Amino acid sequence: MAQILSVGIDIGTSTTQVVFSRIEMDNTAGYFTAPRIAITDKEILYKSKVYFTPLKTQTLIDADAVRDIVAQEFRSAGYSPADTQTGAVIITGESARKENAASVLQALSDFAGEFVVSTAGPDLESIIAGKGSGAWQYSIDNDCTVVNLDIGGGTSNIVFFNAGDTQGKICLDVGGRLIRLDGGDSPRITYVSYAAAAAAKLAGVRAEAGQTISRSDLRRICDVFADCLAGAVGIAPKSPLQDQILTPGSDVYAPARPSRRICFSGGVADCIYSQSGEDDLRYGDIGPILGRAIAENRYFKDQKIIQGGETIRATVVGAGTYATNLSGSTIFYSEGIFPVKNVPALKLTKDEQWAVIGGDAQLLADKIRWFLQQSDSPRMLLALQGLPDPDFATLKKLAAAIVGALDASLAPGEPIIVVVERDIAKALGIALQQTGCQRKMASIDSVKIEAGDYVDIGRPLMDGLVVPVVVKTLLFG
Amino acid sequence: MLDEKLIALITEEVVRQLTANGRVVLPDRSPGQESSADPQNVVGSDRLLEDPLDPEALERMKKRTTARIGVGKAGARLKTQTMLSLRADHARAQDSVFADVDPAFIEKLGLLSIESQAGDRNTHITRPDLGRKICPKGVEALRQHCEMSPDVQIYASDGLSSAAIEANLEKILPVLTEGLQAKGLKVGTPFYMRFGRVAAEDQVAEVLGAKVVCVLIGERPGLATAESMSAYIVYNAYVGIPEAKRTVVSNIHKDGLTAVEAGAYITEVIQQILDRKASGVDLVK
Repeated sequence: MAQILSVGIDIGTSTTQVVFSRIEMDNTAGYFTAPRIAITDKEILYKSKVYFTPLKTQTLIDADAVRDIVAQEFRSAGYSPADTQTGAVIITGESARKENAASVLQALSDFAGEFVVSTAGPDLESIIAGKGSGAWQYSIDNDCTVVNLDIGGGTSNIVFFNAGDTQGKICLDVGGRLIRLDGGDSPRITYVSYAAAAAAKLAGVRAEAGQTISRSDLRRICDVFADCLAGAVGIAPKSPLQDQILTPGSDVYAPARPSRRICFSGGVADCIYSQSGEDDLRYGDIGPILGRAIAENRYFKDQKIIQGGETIRATVVGAGTYATNLSGSTIFYSEGIFPVKNVPALKLTKDEQWAVIGGDAQLLADKIRWFLQQSDSPRMLLALQGLPDPDFATLKKLAAAIVGALDASLAPGEPIIVVVERDIAKALGIALQQTGCQRKMASIDSVKIEAGDYVDIGRPLMDGLVVPVVVKTLLFG
Repeated sequence: MLDEKLIALITEEVVRQLTANGRVVLPDRSPGQESSADPQNVVGSDRLLEDPLDPEALERMKKRTTARIGVGKAGARLKTQTMLSLRADHARAQDSVFADVDPAFIEKLGLLSIESQAGDRNTHITRPDLGRKICPKGVEALRQHCEMSPDVQIYASDGLSSAAIEANLEKILPVLTEGLQAKGLKVGTPFYMRFGRVAAEDQVAEVLGAKVVCVLIGERPGLATAESMSAYIVYNAYVGIPEAKRTVVSNIHKDGLTAVEAGAYITEVIQQILDRKASGVDLVK
């Protein structure tokens, strides 16, 4: 058994949070067969306060203030950055689009341990929040479809799970802080986002910065947002607003049929699950009104709603606890090759894989040269599906082609890394070694990578049997 | 009482109806064919359970087990298709116990072939003690044709499933041999032992003076697969060595640990056994 300490840091449009969790892993295979290391337990050890994300201006994150928050939380939790073995910093929602996201990560780099990744992207955020909220586990435990809507300050990250499989995700600019107001009996708008303006137009409401607005008009705007969310999860007709407020970089996914359960997370979720008697404008934004609009929405009302374990902390818990996966337990790697960070993946299709095995060395060489040219990174890894029950001669052909092409294209000193889905990495590793190539090499399996992903691989765990792997869809900086 | 003619007529009609609507594919009995023991094949994607409440959930459950679940029933009994596939798998399991590994297969791999003292298939099944001893001619052949005192001696044996050997041996031997040689180990001359039991490897160790012996042997078949092979690896073996001293890698077949990956894994296990001069429970300590 082994334990690692994982840190999750979420810097969202409205809130910033930190969690520490313990990830436990063990060999789950019987004594009489090859090992199978799996994550056996996850426990959240420490949750920070929920901070408002410090801003210098309406759109500029105060990187130094964020660093102070994180430093303070490390101290409160009683950990030093060196204690953490894995985790994720995730900059989410509208903040992710802001020009200084990279500088925030720079400011945090001292607190990220050796293997803490910086990651974001609307699609990944949806999945992370859906796991953190408990929706993913619910779909496994009950063997059913669950959709999770993580409704934060700037975006709603929606993910569809079917018995633990991610079926699709979509991200819309729907959030609690898209309109900000000065309180009082006749609230005045201080900020209105593009998406909120579009919703207002559809609602037939005038909403511009500087003007006053009635609570009923704010509710009308939120009703349009609620209908739009209902359309996106397939329980209502698709809203004309949806295409206008699709978050840049989001997947476009429409479920074939409604999910059996609906789960909400994010800051607005608290306002959906319980309507407090407090002033709707207590946060100086439309969050509570949006929550009420969703709770009372004609489409959502008929649905089976579940409440996960986490609402406002779903993303940070997901980042801290679910971002790390383990490789297969029969793998190969040269001594000292890991950790590696932010390695872009070139994915071969099934056809390309067979062409390479068939001896088409040119195809692979061309693809690799093209890939290295168009990515900024000097290093790369090759991702493939692998073969179901191959013989060794086939793997030798594959290894020879891979090493031939990569050795010719990579700068001296760069390692050769191959990631396969099928459990064949150790055998492929022997074949890679047989080529006699002097570079450091690794062959990792049971990890699924898509074209365009970036991969972090950490130091080996459990007597070197497995490596922790984080697959990311987007990078900063 | 029904007369035989009427029974024949009924049978014919039932078979005609079943095959006509495509619900039943009669199993192919020709030997050496890929086993259809894969339950996904046998039960097929057409569900036998009528009107399941949640078809997708049923499909997922079926993927998680090789047991015949969600197959429905006819009255209190199995449906004809389930019954037929069950019988076919049972027959296949029996066949793999009683069939011989094709001598041409062993020849193609260029392996020396020897026998235990069992002498024939029935004795092999009923007299495990004889399957643990090599026949005198075999001992002679080993001495004559095999390299003596290797670091590692690998050999294959039919054990209780010839199908397992035919399905996996060709895929596992090259990676195993080359992987061990790449570690700088002296690998003995591989061979095949007919009518062999696991413990025959102890005598192999004595005859050839091998530090480590690894036998690749067919596992007693079940209804899920008849092609499962195991590797029993032992350090410094002697006749009568306790069973607890063997390290086992089991479940080697195309739906378990694939042969090529098993081979790669076993090279590392053997390296560890040689480094620590121990196998079996001694290795785990």
